[in-house]
Amino acid sequence: MTKYTPVIGLEIHIELKTLSKTFCGCRNDPFNAKEPNIYTCPVCLGLPGALPVPNKKAIEWTMLLGKALNCKINTVSKFDRKHYFYPDLPKGYQISQYDEPIASQGWVKIKNQISNSKDKSNEEKKIRIHRVHLEEDTGKLMHSGVDTLIDFNRSGVPLVEVVTEADFDNSDDVKAFLIKLHNIIVNLGVSDANMEKGSMRLEPNISVRKADQKTLPSYKVEVKNINSFNFVKKAIDYEVERHIEILERDEIPTQETRGFVEKTSSTVSQRSKEEAHDYRYFPEPDIPPLEFEQEYIDSIKVPELADDRKQTLMQAPHNLEENLAENVSLSKAVTDYYLSVFTLTHSHPELSGINVAKTLANLILNKKLFQNYPDPQESAIYVIETIKPKKTDMKLLGSLIERVIASNKKTVEDYNRGKENAIMYLVGQVMKEMKGKADPLKVKEALLKKLKKE
Amino acid sequence: MLLDKSIQELHAGLTKREFSSEDLVRECYLNIEKYQTKLNAFITLVDKEKALQEAKQKDRDFKPGVSKLYGLPYVLKDAYISEDMRTTAASHVLADFIPPYDSTVNKKLKKSGAILIGKMNMDAWGHGGSSENTDFGPVKNPWDTSRVAGGSSGGPAVAISTRMAVFAIGEDTGGSIRNPAAWCNITGLKVTYGRVSRYGTIAYASSFDTVGPMAKTAEDCAVVLEAIAGCDPYDSTSSPIPTEKYVDLLKKNTRNKIVIGVPSEFFGKGLDLEIKTAIESTHKTFASLGMNINEISMPLFDYGLPVYYLIGPSETSSNLARYDGIRFGNNREKFSQETMRRIMMGTYALSAGYYDAYYKKAQKVRTLFIREYEKALAECDVILMPVTPTPPSKIGELLTDPLSILLADIYTSTQNPVGVPSLALPAGFTKNKLPIGMQIVGPMFSESLLLTIGHLYQQKTDWHLRKPILVFNKD
Repeated sequence: MTKYTPVIGLEIHIELKTLSKTFCGCRNDPFNAKEPNIYTCPVCLGLPGALPVPNKKAIEWTMLLGKALNCKINTVSKFDRKHYFYPDLPKGYQISQYDEPIASQGWVKIKNQISNSKDKSNEEKKIRIHRVHLEEDTGKLMHSGVDTLIDFNRSGVPLVEVVTEADFDNSDDVKAFLIKLHNIIVNLGVSDANMEKGSMRLEPNISVRKADQKTLPSYKVEVKNINSFNFVKKAIDYEVERHIEILERDEIPTQETRGFVEKTSSTVSQRSKEEAHDYRYFPEPDIPPLEFEQEYIDSIKVPELADDRKQTLMQAPHNLEENLAENVSLSKAVTDYYLSVFTLTHSHPELSGINVAKTLANLILNKKLFQNYPDPQESAIYVIETIKPKKTDMKLLGSLIERVIASNKKTVEDYNRGKENAIMYLVGQVMKEMKGKADPLKVKEALLKKLKKE
Repeated sequence: MLLDKSIQELHAGLTKREFSSEDLVRECYLNIEKYQTKLNAFITLVDKEKALQEAKQKDRDFKPGVSKLYGLPYVLKDAYISEDMRTTAASHVLADFIPPYDSTVNKKLKKSGAILIGKMNMDAWGHGGSSENTDFGPVKNPWDTSRVAGGSSGGPAVAISTRMAVFAIGEDTGGSIRNPAAWCNITGLKVTYGRVSRYGTIAYASSFDTVGPMAKTAEDCAVVLEAIAGCDPYDSTSSPIPTEKYVDLLKKNTRNKIVIGVPSEFFGKGLDLEIKTAIESTHKTFASLGMNINEISMPLFDYGLPVYYLIGPSETSSNLARYDGIRFGNNREKFSQETMRRIMMGTYALSAGYYDAYYKKAQKVRTLFIREYEKALAECDVILMPVTPTPPSKIGELLTDPLSILLADIYTSTQNPVGVPSLALPAGFTKNKLPIGMQIVGPMFSESLLLTIGHLYQQKTDWHLRKPILVFNKD
């Protein structure tokens, strides 16, 4: 059987949470609007004569996201009109960006999800970002019975489109990338990136080629209506299998747009290439071309992101191992919390000899320390108390060990017959008798000594 | 007739209480009642009683120091959005559209205290040069009612020519102010792109559209321009370059010697002989004003129409996409033949596979035109040229031949792609007593210079004072 390689690229739309819309002063809060069409004006309703004026913040945030995705921020950019007819598009065109996006040529590193243990250099994968541009969102159709109504509260909300190169060859990498992208967006604070509400929308472009084929496939299938990372994975897996089946018959899958169906985890055709739009892009004459001074671009600073925090946590004095560092670093709040508690505890005399960083990280990740002790001061007291070596009453220990050995004859026999794990059960029993007031290591030591003697 | 007076004279008269705003409004309605049915200049006329009430209120509230436009009745081309007042762009597509907001230009005029009395007929969406491509019946020329008024701002031009209003706001995309100004014997200013806000102007071609005054004289245009010019936060293509005291500057010509360039290409084949002669005979007047006439060359002239008729329709095909039948009440089948033709042309020029050959190439030639004008204006201060190649045509004549409509714009369509301002003003008459116009084109933001030259010329001549026979008639 021929081997096949999927070729996958992504288009991701993110609604920015600026105070006002992209080209007018209307409030940008479509999800919390109490009624339809309350956040509208001549501009976002597309009334005759109204003109767009770009929102500076929306442009800055697009640049910020571009920078966070290691893109080049272009000193010259412009808006273009993208034409198509749909009732939720009041002007008959969407103001978007065609050939001069705000940012382009970036990259994001992800952990290679298909692990290849032989080749260590293959652990990280660079996904190239083709472009990041700014456009306006459309209104929303509401169907009720035979009527269709239009709500323009969302019309003109700033929408950033991130387009990757077709650098993915499996759905796990796609999911890892999306999780990372989501984390970056939330960290930048530029969007809620809520997929359920539609403030983050995912569109994979999928095709499949023979493993030995160097060129890109002659077709691609775009899947829309996906609102979770898992569904993206499912849609891709479904599509790849479907394409391979078709290719096996020596046919080529139709270039088309398909929709994801949650119930069946499959996709259905929505629009074929023959019906594809000619968008008739041309430069938006109502908005002069944008020119940015390098100084201005440089003044937009990307805050510390998860990757930066991870690096910090992997270095002295923390020296956390990668997995632990990564899990703590995902949230800025968690990282800040870790750092505060670490500062308060790591040089505490009672904790000498203990790997405080690792223990603390584990406590935070596994024991919900953050939720239970949100105040770092209180948390530090708890942590010290929990992890400091226990003073062991050796006299009491001696008598308890004898008691435990006496009442667990079978386990002791098991141990003597070479079942070494049995010792841990005995340690557990002793600890229980000591009501936890003992250092388990010392307990184990004493137990071994005793058993050897016997 | 009070309405023969200049805006400054009217303002002085109102200040001295020699007459009232009410008197002016009455006189306007008197003329409207006399001539509207013959000329069809209005699409929507404000109720007379309502206008009179407003005038009376203005008379009561008159305070020294009010704007020069205070209490003066004016009209808008129906391309301008007027809050709570029907705005149609002369198309049945918008036959019932009552806008919920005001254009910036109308807001400014209202704030100055001027009184809006009507919305004027035009070629629908600005598509035309005769005001025949309207769904509200053609506008007729007051100098010969069997002829067209010019367009697309035909209604406003007729209103000024027949004293139905003190001043008007026209809109010029490729000659739409200048062409009817020339054919109706009034003065009209196509401003520099970005000088006056376009917010609330129903777009024809967004990168060409300009908002400008139409009035009896250059001086009146200066007064109106002062009120409407300036940067607007609602129009990102409006210019932050400061406006000037256009009226004061009329009397302070700081230039030693103005050089007027005459491009030979604009006076060649296709230009009506009477028009050519009339404009050439202005040279003497300019010379007597101490100005120099220099022949210059603008060899790109022939490419003007193709550039205009590729970019203009491209933009209009996009701008009219919003009239999709879902909102505004009426469906796309209400678009007229000429509008459909332009939408088709523009859609074609923007389509995949044709974009590079048509739209993009036209934009490149547009850049060449910008350089051509820069070069020409390095050799002279302003350029003198005809407005139209012929006198006003007979009604219906242009409609049967769509190409000849395009030719009417031949002299006025190169300024809009470049953005430079141009003042059109009366320059004489044909032997059949039809008006002849000329235009003076200057560098970007040279409105003050153009108005000054126009004002000086009008001090020496009386073409602009002549009124159509209609207005003298006892009928």
